[in-house]
Amino acid sequence: MQDEANATMDRPLTFAEVVTPCLPRLYAMARRLAGGDAEDLVQEALLRAYRAIGQLRDENSAAGWLGAILINAFRDRLRSAKREPVEVSMEDFGDFSLYRQIATEDPFPYSDSLHLDFMGLFGRDDVRAVLLGLPSIYRAPLVLRYVDGYATKEIARLLELPLGTVLAQLHRGRKLFERSLWEYAESEGLLTKEASR
Amino acid sequence: MITCADAVRQLWQYLDETLEPDAREKVGEHLAFCRQCCGELEFAQLLQDFLRDRASAEELPAEVRNRLERFVAELKP
Repeated sequence: MQDEANATMDRPLTFAEVVTPCLPRLYAMARRLAGGDAEDLVQEALLRAYRAIGQLRDENSAAGWLGAILINAFRDRLRSAKREPVEVSMEDFGDFSLYRQIATEDPFPYSDSLHLDFMGLFGRDDVRAVLLGLPSIYRAPLVLRYVDGYATKEIARLLELPLGTVLAQLHRGRKLFERSLWEYAESEGLLTKEASR
Repeated sequence: MITCADAVRQLWQYLDETLEPDAREKVGEHLAFCRQCCGELEFAQLLQDFLRDRASAEELPAEVRNRLERFVAELKP
């Protein structure tokens, strides 16, 4: 038994041994980026990784390496999509501020933690629905920055976009996210449900 | 001195520390005296934490894991 363990430690890991522990993280990233196409996107990333396994110098950095491949695959999908990406003009937002909107509309008149209460209306499924409702070009930088923790420069490199473009997409993505949270709460009746309690 | 609208527009970048030093200084100066924008700043931080918390947990369903593991096992050079 000990000999078997030693033999495993001496030989290089197989592709399956390298990628299998990373599957939950890869799938989570893919869900945030591609929603219902997540499994397909992970498969594509795995195929690319398999073909490029020689480029992985350190098995300990497999998670980051696979994450970058997944983002590249997503980027290529966006580019090859037949439809033009939906761009949103900043004029569409005006000066929308969720902070002010909540304070002005005051959906919880007896609350002394209005903004926290508003966010407490949203479960994980709600936030997923809001995120997946955003155009991909805004959703991708938003989740890569604020959920997966990539630096903006890294996002620009992985998506092959100028840094200024990523910063503009992040800005619009944040504003869209804020406005979509409010619209979702209204359309799903979250505010009225809370008020009637 | 920048306006509240200018300050609010840059708050997430302020938190991200991706503003140019000059712009960062101007937002900082504005926050030093504007209570409303300090509320906006606190909320922006709250919203970032909320986004990370609610969107980070995406479980890998057992049947998807099985299919992906089979996919990996069947990869051939």
